[in-house]
Amino acid sequence: MAEQLYQRDAYGQALVKLGSSDNNVVVLDADLSSSTRTNLFAKQFPERFFNFGVAEQNMIAAAAGLASCGKKVFLSTFAVFASGRAWDQVRVSISYNNFNVKIVATHAGVTVGPDGASHQALEDIALMRVLPNMNIIVPADAPQTEEAIMAAAGIPGPFYIRMGRSKVPTIENKEKFEFGKAQLLCPGDDAAIVACGLMVEQALWAVKSLAARGIRARLINMHTIRPLDKEIILKAAQETRLIIACEEHSVFGGLASSIDEVVAENFPVKVIRVGVHSRFGQSGEPEELMKEYHLTGPDIEKAVLAHIAQK
Amino acid sequence: MENKQLSIEELNSEARQIRRLIIRMLAEAGSGHPGGSLSSADLVTALYFNILRFNPADPNWPERDRFHMSKGHCCPLWYAVLSRTGYFPEEKLFTLRKFGSILQGHPDRKTPGVESASGSLGQGLSIGLGMSLASRVDKKDYRVYVLLGDGELQEGSVWEAAMACAHFSCDNICAILDANGCQIDGRCEDVMGVEPLAAKWQSFGWHVIEINGHDMGAILAAYREAQTIKGKPTIIIARTVKGKGVSFMEGVIGFHGRAPTPEEAQKALKELA
Repeated sequence: MAEQLYQRDAYGQALVKLGSSDNNVVVLDADLSSSTRTNLFAKQFPERFFNFGVAEQNMIAAAAGLASCGKKVFLSTFAVFASGRAWDQVRVSISYNNFNVKIVATHAGVTVGPDGASHQALEDIALMRVLPNMNIIVPADAPQTEEAIMAAAGIPGPFYIRMGRSKVPTIENKEKFEFGKAQLLCPGDDAAIVACGLMVEQALWAVKSLAARGIRARLINMHTIRPLDKEIILKAAQETRLIIACEEHSVFGGLASSIDEVVAENFPVKVIRVGVHSRFGQSGEPEELMKEYHLTGPDIEKAVLAHIAQK
Repeated sequence: MENKQLSIEELNSEARQIRRLIIRMLAEAGSGHPGGSLSSADLVTALYFNILRFNPADPNWPERDRFHMSKGHCCPLWYAVLSRTGYFPEEKLFTLRKFGSILQGHPDRKTPGVESASGSLGQGLSIGLGMSLASRVDKKDYRVYVLLGDGELQEGSVWEAAMACAHFSCDNICAILDANGCQIDGRCEDVMGVEPLAAKWQSFGWHVIEINGHDMGAILAAYREAQTIKGKPTIIIARTVKGKGVSFMEGVIGFHGRAPTPEEAQKALKELA
């Protein structure tokens, strides 16, 4: 059994590291610092941490003001609020200004669990992806979260970095994280499974199960949604002719849509979407919800099996 | 960099020149917002010529005071002032709202001297708050000025920012409220009442100074008083007249967002001669 870790723990620890090496780093939160783990930074660097209370619009526009003065701003809240609650502030004050603000959103997706639909962001990647200048990372596990935070810290401009609430298993991954460059985790030419976030672990299960049936599926960890690694997508399209896009997000506007756009323009192949099909979430345990919304390894395997014969 | 420190007479004359430029720019552009540009002209002129610390030769000078126009639609005023204070040549003003211009219809960082975009109301005080917090982290003594409109106060996010500026004791923030009493659909009191302004801001923890926003002496005194207030932010509630300086625009709602025709512009310029 792989080690299970919270991505947000990795985030909080990464912030402390950044804070020690760079005095320009400031961190903002909106009354969720113990959940997002920005409290780790707050404890070490109270003079560079600001809690805005339950006022995300103010926090996000204030982040722009800090960035205009040369600060490297990390701000956190739940993904529903970071993306939807203050979208106009993100659009005009951060994205349009092209300011150096990293929006690090936790508690994305149905695996938020018992809190239910209002707290389960399934639209946030879509909302962020349409904004010019915005970079988007969805790290697969805790170690990759730290790598993503460190990488984003070194690249000026707006970022949206998304992670979940639950512990996730650390995937076996020998490749170093490189922003904008997807990772090929398993080779294979029968189908290509492209996943992000905790869906990478589900996809790994599917790859192993398919292998037992003699089907060699390629697995790509698409940790950077924007800018998308088009090269690896087109190579997969050409070599496998079947792509399965897996995300804990609406099938509209997220990873699947990003892939659709690339293949439709360059090399049309079938793209099967394993994601949430125009539904809100609901209360339940993460495992129950993953099953209910067809986001499990067996769901991915089923999608491959259903379409591989028609290639 | 020292301000020019104009006399009150000189400031009034400068404000008149700036109003003339606003009329000419808008007439040339064929669209834009004269009403609020004219109502806040005296406030912004006094600020840039006598109060604000800045260097047009080095717009990013780290020690500069920050000014942000939260009511972004009044940017013709800002552009005219930036040009008069040396950020760019006057002829640029007549490219306002045209394709490829550094002077966009609402503020954009393409313009030298503009710190942040605006145009979507209700975000500017938060941006000012961020600038103030940055001065605290960086241990710098610059001040932050944010121009707000009274219609803009209907945006709830303004009050999130108001609460936070007081909570963080941002005494280097001076908000300037251009209270001209009008908005696109009518008088503020009819569309969505914002009064009592002084009591609202006081109750949010602000030091409030209420003045006639067209009295240069009172404007300068208010800015100087704000500089002395410690432990809390200051707001100058400036009672103004929309379209101030042009008789047929004064108090006329229709000139919120309509440029003068060439004939109207000629008439306005005669009045402002």
